[in-house]
Amino acid sequence: MSKLYAELIRIRFLTMLAYRVNYYSGIIIYNINIGAYYFLWGAIYGGQPQLGGLSPEQMTAYVAISWMSRAFYFNNIDQEIAQDVREGKVAIEMIRPYNYLSVKAAQALGEGMFRLFFFAIPGILLVSLFIPFHFPTSLQTWGLYLTSLLLAFVINTEINLLTGVLTFFLFRNEGIMWAKRVMVDLLSGVTLPISFFPGWAQALLAFLPFQAINYYPSMIFAGAAGADKAAQVLLLQALWIFVLLVPIALLWRQAKQKLVVQGG
Amino acid sequence: MVQIVRLFGEYLGQYFKTKLSYRANFLSELIGNLVFEFINMIFILVVFRHVATMKDWTRDEIIFIYGFFQVPYALFAMFFNFWDFNERYIIRGEMDRILTRPVNNLAQVCLESVAPDRIFSLLTGLLIMGYAAFQLKLSFAWYDLPVFLILVISSALIYAGVYTAIAAISFFSDSRTGIAPMIWNIQNYGRYPVNVYNKAIQILLTWILPFAFVGVYPAAYFLRRETWYFYTMLTPVMGIVFFCIGLTVWKMGVRKYSGAGS
Repeated sequence: MSKLYAELIRIRFLTMLAYRVNYYSGIIIYNINIGAYYFLWGAIYGGQPQLGGLSPEQMTAYVAISWMSRAFYFNNIDQEIAQDVREGKVAIEMIRPYNYLSVKAAQALGEGMFRLFFFAIPGILLVSLFIPFHFPTSLQTWGLYLTSLLLAFVINTEINLLTGVLTFFLFRNEGIMWAKRVMVDLLSGVTLPISFFPGWAQALLAFLPFQAINYYPSMIFAGAAGADKAAQVLLLQALWIFVLLVPIALLWRQAKQKLVVQGG
Repeated sequence: MVQIVRLFGEYLGQYFKTKLSYRANFLSELIGNLVFEFINMIFILVVFRHVATMKDWTRDEIIFIYGFFQVPYALFAMFFNFWDFNERYIIRGEMDRILTRPVNNLAQVCLESVAPDRIFSLLTGLLIMGYAAFQLKLSFAWYDLPVFLILVISSALIYAGVYTAIAAISFFSDSRTGIAPMIWNIQNYGRYPVNVYNKAIQILLTWILPFAFVGVYPAAYFLRRETWYFYTMLTPVMGIVFFCIGLTVWKMGVRKYSGAGS
């Protein structure tokens, strides 16, 4: 079984490699976005030494790393599921001897690994040429960051599976998926570190899984979370991974019974 | 021209028929767009909790520019939708069908993807502008309305020119280029005043991909920022110039196009 999933991950990795043009433009897009936020934050700081608990240097590191983390955990499997449902391909997928959702998650990992190696790493090197940016020096920080990033990937994938499975009930849900995408970007801290939000919003966000997707790993990387805090963060992320399994399992069971194949 | 307008009515009718058969999706797309705009607003609101100005712009001025930025884009997206042009018309060969028909080919491509539901993001843009104008206690003269219409149409023409030219690239190379998403991301720079960015990006946004002309430059007129008036007045010129460039590239592309088979 694990051989099957390893193969799925490998194939997705190779498929990504075959569509290289998308990937070159992807690196440029990430740099465009990082650049935009770099300048925006420069203008926002305007000489102030600290905002929302972050110095301008920490903010620069935060912006760069939060986008690069996004490169790894981001995927479109919800849209792939939606397409499978719309085109009726899901019927074939369901009679195959594997779990459809795990297959999607494995493919997402293949995609994530591709983007990490060919996208985030060259991207961050490219960014560090243009904007002043420091990598963490201790091996421990790197280890904590990478672990946190992997957990973040799992949480984001679970959320994507949830919105993807909704297609079984709604038939078309591009709007919801689009809304989810921008909401995850905002509430996970890509556009704005969580510490910038007003107190009540931060309290509310503490009960939601989104900041586990980006804010936690990025704070570890930017050196704004020490070792104790980091351990706590990893534990929280692990907790969310288990909590999110419940709605997925429930919805998936319903979806299998409700499935209507619309055509080929 | 009359024929195109008549066809537009026909296509619009078809559009509503298909949309109404997927009512839930129509609603979810609407919600998706609203959430997107709401979230961009949250960024501005949260940031300005911590600072009073960004460069020399206040919160409400930034909000006004953001609101203005929505309007020409919505107008453009209502009539032009090149997002999947390459996939739909070149790779699947739909362009051959277009070319055998006795109506202008660009007009047909536009008609087939007309999106009147964009009116909602146009309205939210106006609403955001209205809110900011109220907060800023802006006063308007009667001639500001025609000026507004001219500026919005000019900005929409800039979009139309840029994206028509980019879609036309597909005629020369039938593989995916990934340029359009890149441009879309650069376009989002236009949401904020250009003097936030460094010199190179300012030049890019003014002369090469003139997305400063879809946001801050025209909006500066209503904010009575006289230092930018020169660029405000340049907006219609840029609109016409870029639209003509787009049309020229498109025509060249169609002449070059030889079909992808199948």
